Amino acid sequence: MRIQEPRTPRAAAAEPAGGLTPVAVPAPASQIRKFLQSRGSSSLADSTFRWLMVLCALSIFGIVALIATELVSSSKLTLTKFGMKFFFGSAWDPVNADFGALPFIYGTVVSSLVALVIAVPLAVGVAVFLTEMCPKALRGILSFLTELLAAIPSVVYGLWAIFVLVPLLRLYVNPLLIKTLGWTGLFVAPDFGIGMFAAGVILAIMILPIISSLTREVMTAVPHTQREAVLALGATRWEMIRMGVLRNARIGIVGSIILGLGRALGETMAVAMVIGSSPTISKSLLAPAATMASVIANEFAEAADDTYRSALIEIGLALFLVTIVVNMLARLLMWAVTRGAPARVT
Amino acid sequence: MILAAALMVCAAGSAGAQKLNAAGATFPYPIYSKWFSEYATQHPGVQINYQSIGSGGGIRQVTEGTVDFGASDMPMTDTMLSQSKVKLIHIPTVLGAVVPVYNVPGAGTDLKFAPDVLADIYLGKISNWSDARIAKDNPGVKLPNQEIYVVHRSDGSGTTFIFTDYLSKVSPDWKTSVGANSAVAWPKGIGGKGNEGVAGLVRQMPGAIGYVELIYALQNKISYGYMRNAAGTWLKASIEGVTDAAGSLKSMPADYRVSITNAPGKDSYPISSFTYLLIPTHPTDATKGKVIKDFLTWMLDHGEGEVSALDYAPLPASVAAKVKSTVSTLP
Repeated sequence: MRIQEPRTPRAAAAEPAGGLTPVAVPAPASQIRKFLQSRGSSSLADSTFRWLMVLCALSIFGIVALIATELVSSSKLTLTKFGMKFFFGSAWDPVNADFGALPFIYGTVVSSLVALVIAVPLAVGVAVFLTEMCPKALRGILSFLTELLAAIPSVVYGLWAIFVLVPLLRLYVNPLLIKTLGWTGLFVAPDFGIGMFAAGVILAIMILPIISSLTREVMTAVPHTQREAVLALGATRWEMIRMGVLRNARIGIVGSIILGLGRALGETMAVAMVIGSSPTISKSLLAPAATMASVIANEFAEAADDTYRSALIEIGLALFLVTIVVNMLARLLMWAVTRGAPARVT
Repeated sequence: MILAAALMVCAAGSAGAQKLNAAGATFPYPIYSKWFSEYATQHPGVQINYQSIGSGGGIRQVTEGTVDFGASDMPMTDTMLSQSKVKLIHIPTVLGAVVPVYNVPGAGTDLKFAPDVLADIYLGKISNWSDARIAKDNPGVKLPNQEIYVVHRSDGSGTTFIFTDYLSKVSPDWKTSVGANSAVAWPKGIGGKGNEGVAGLVRQMPGAIGYVELIYALQNKISYGYMRNAAGTWLKASIEGVTDAAGSLKSMPADYRVSITNAPGKDSYPISSFTYLLIPTHPTDATKGKVIKDFLTWMLDHGEGEVSALDYAPLPASVAAKVKSTVSTLP
């Protein structure tokens, strides 16, 4: 231990003047110590507490292991029937019991990416405004409203999307996208309104509060001296934010994006309501698609046949694996972005 | 007064405090919950809990023996019955029907759909409203040169089962390339969640066609098209037409596991189907078995009279009589 227990004057006085080391003389118990001892054996409480905490930590392993074994054992039927082909096949035909997960994996990954592309700039922009430029009176209202977005249930987002967002996209946004970005092949007719793009937009709105409120926290934590130093060197406000704030906060920002991505990957109800549920892989974002979570939510209740049910549970297993892989990639990305020196001004 | 009270006590005593659990289809849930609560008020001490978790869940729970009886919109297959841990019989309760809904600007609310035309629209072979085959059945209707947007259910559903079962019967192509189930590999189109999802998409998208439960269309005042039945009559779906379909079958199998789509009767609405209760023939608890049997008899005598108020189609008299004799064979 680095810090020595402060000795009471009485203990110091009792110490013989000779060459004996202080260790040899037990220091009498302090007031606090006495009080604690009067309340029963603290060594028992201590070890109980320790084991309780170990148990709590171990329960996480237990839960994950249980989920994994249950997913594997319940999907044995299709695991043995299709093998690895299940994860790369693109058929989804409950009538002939032919199942493949690829269109759903594609749908989950692409809809989450679309959501990130829309949400990240918006969320970081909101956070920059709130921490650096916002007048005090507005700040409270704005951050309250962003956090309110996080409290809206997913099914309400879905209903709102069906009746407000989708008509809006079909009538105004999508025709514009087809005209200006049609050459990329990402936005081509026919345009139903619902589809991958609508799902991406609703997901973006749903993950916006997570990313922006965490980013705001991180940016507030950047010391004021950093900002002042950059400003003192003659930087403009934008340069100050870029070099003084964003650069310092980038680890936290990437972390918040990963949390947002996690929510987007698993989001079910709102997506199921607007994605159009068609297990196809098409380049156009306006085409209907399906995600792993949406197909489970849509079809599980009425899946009477054993193979069909097993295939849906195996989709759950695939979602489990994809989440692990995506999280690993995201961590790798975080490491790549944040390694090296702290803030450099270049 | 005292006599009445004594009788009440007697009745309660004989029934005992019985709590039954059932699970299954969502489509008949409104009428089932009405029946179960009425039956409970007339038979104090009996309580039937029904969880509308879907036909698939209902079948699974009753075959595992975790509920006292189940409910399904689709008849169980032979394999399912042979694998079941509990021996089950199907008891038809009410009928459902599916209607085509569409949004074609300027075409009015009375479009007629021939069976093969409907199948080919869903197969993608007919892709424009101005197609000659649609025009042939709708003389005098101004059909726009507009692409057809096909809408189907995105969730697994008894409604989809009835609709695809019908298309399989009227179109050999549909039968070989798609088939019938609660969810199928749709050749084209986009999915809406639930009746409200399909109806919402059709309403918003000019050029769209979809299918919804008859009850949903009636209660939400959605207009739907005419269908041509097997006898060649053009008719719009109605409760009477649906009941007629169940009565027009030449022979009703003893286990009622029969599809009544494309029924032969002159006034039969062609896209109709039974919904079933799945009843164990050898209940593990004999008193519970008695309550179930008593409930089924009550349902056939009193319950069937109340279904039209909720827009369900009741069983035709001939089928109801046959079901009653089946119920009487239960222990």
